Amino acid sequence: MTPVRRKRLIIVVVIVAGVAIAAALGLQAFRKNLLYYFTPVQVAAGDAHVGQRFRMGGLVAMGSVQRSPGSMTVHFTLTDMQKSVPVVYTGILPDLFREGQGIVVYGTLDKQGLFVAQQVLAKHDAKYMPPEVAAAIKKAKAAQQAQIAAKAAS
Amino acid sequence: MNSWHEFLSMGGYAVYVWPAYGTALVVLLANAIWPGRQQRALLKELRRRSLPSEERPT
Amino acid sequence: MFIWFHKLASPPYFYKFAGILAPWLAWLSLLVIAAGLYGGLWLAPPDYQQGDGFRIIYVHVPSAWMSMFIYMVMAVAAAIGLIWRMKLAHAVSAAAAPLGASFTFIALVTGSLWGKPMWGTYWVWDARLTSELILLFLYVGYMALNHAFEDRRTGDRASAILALVGIVNIPIIHYSVKWWNTLHQGATVFFGPRAEMPPSMYIPLFIMIIGFMVYFAAFILKRLQVEVLQRERNTAWVRALVAKS
Repeated sequence: MTPVRRKRLIIVVVIVAGVAIAAALGLQAFRKNLLYYFTPVQVAAGDAHVGQRFRMGGLVAMGSVQRSPGSMTVHFTLTDMQKSVPVVYTGILPDLFREGQGIVVYGTLDKQGLFVAQQVLAKHDAKYMPPEVAAAIKKAKAAQQAQIAAKAAS
Repeated sequence: MNSWHEFLSMGGYAVYVWPAYGTALVVLLANAIWPGRQQRALLKELRRRSLPSEERPT
Repeated sequence: MFIWFHKLASPPYFYKFAGILAPWLAWLSLLVIAAGLYGGLWLAPPDYQQGDGFRIIYVHVPSAWMSMFIYMVMAVAAAIGLIWRMKLAHAVSAAAAPLGASFTFIALVTGSLWGKPMWGTYWVWDARLTSELILLFLYVGYMALNHAFEDRRTGDRASAILALVGIVNIPIIHYSVKWWNTLHQGATVFFGPRAEMPPSMYIPLFIMIIGFMVYFAAFILKRLQVEVLQRERNTAWVRALVAKS
C-alpha cells in the first residue's frame, strides 16, 4: 500500500470511528427518551413521568379482561410478571389483543394508580406457527398439567 | 390455501396483503425498466454527438 | 484469477461482461421470486395468531434485509473509491443507492400495511421504525449529494463520505429491538431447539431473500452499465462502441 493510500485509509477509518463514537455517546445520553414504552417495573420505580402521558408495555394478565356490557369500555391488568398495573380503555382493540398478549398502552396514571389508556397497540412476538401446531402444543400442555394434577391427588 | 377465493381474500387481510405486494411489484418493475431505457437514451445521445455537426439531425 | 479481476475492473470489459450477465440474472431472479411467492402465499400455513395477515412477511423481511445489505455494499464501495481511487468503485455506490432506497421504501410501506391490522397503527416512532426511516433519508441524501456538483468526482467523494458516516445506522437498525423497548418485535430465531418458525414458513422466506439478492445483482449491473457509459463518455472505447451500434 502506498503512503498516500495508507493516509486515505486512515482518514476513512477515523471518520467511521469518530462518527460511531459520537453516535454511541449520543444514543447513551438519549437512551431513556428512545424507549418507546416503559414496563410496569419501570413505572413502579418512578422512571415514567407520572401525571404526564406516557406509554407502558407488558402482557395482558390471564383472566383479567372484563368488558362492560353495553359499552366499549374494557378493564384489564397489564403485567411484566413482577409488577402489575390496572388499565381502563374505551374504544376498538387491535386484532391481536387477547389475554397473555404483549401490548402497549398510551395514556396517564391517575391518583389511584389506574392507568387510563387513550390508545392500545398490540405487540406481537417473534413466534410464528401453523394453527394446528399451536393447538397441539396447547393440548399437550393441558395433558401434562392434568398428569401433574393427577399425581398430586394420588 | 385450498381455493382461489381463499387465496384472494387472504383470510380477511386482503386489503393489507395485496397493496403490500402491489407496492413491491410496482417499485421493482420500475427499477427493472428504468436503467435499460436510460442506457438506450444515452447511447442515442452519444451517437448524435459523435456525428459531424452538418450531419446532425436537428 | 487476479488477472481476471483486474481485467473486469477495466470499464470496457466490465461494460461487456455486465451486458451479457444482467439479463440472465434478471430472468433467474424472476424465477426464484415466483417460487418464493408460491411457497409464501400459497403453500405456507397461516399463522396461529395473525392468520393469513402474516404473509406480508415474505415481502417485508426480504426488503428490510436488502435495505441494509445494499447499504453495506454502497459504503464498502465508497471506502474503496476513496482510498484506492478505483474508477468502478464510486460507480458501484452510485448504482446501488437507488436500489437500496427502493428496498427501504418497500420495507417501510409493507411494514406499515402490516402494522395497521396487527398492532393497530400504521406508524409509531419507535427505534426500529425511526432508524429504518433514517436509512431512507441516507440513501436519498447520498443520491442528492452525488449529483449536486458540476464535477462528478467531487460529488463522488462528498457522497462517499456521507455513505461512510451513515454506516453507524446499520447496527442501530439491527440491534434497536434489543437495545430499546420497541413496538416492533425482536428478530425471529429460525434454527435450533428454540426455533420460532417452522421450515414450512421459513423456507419460502429464504427463497425470497435469494430472489431479491439475484434481482439486486442483475439490476446493479444494468445500472452500472449506464454509470460507466456516462462517466467514460469521452473515451475512445465508448466512441468505438457508439460508432459500432
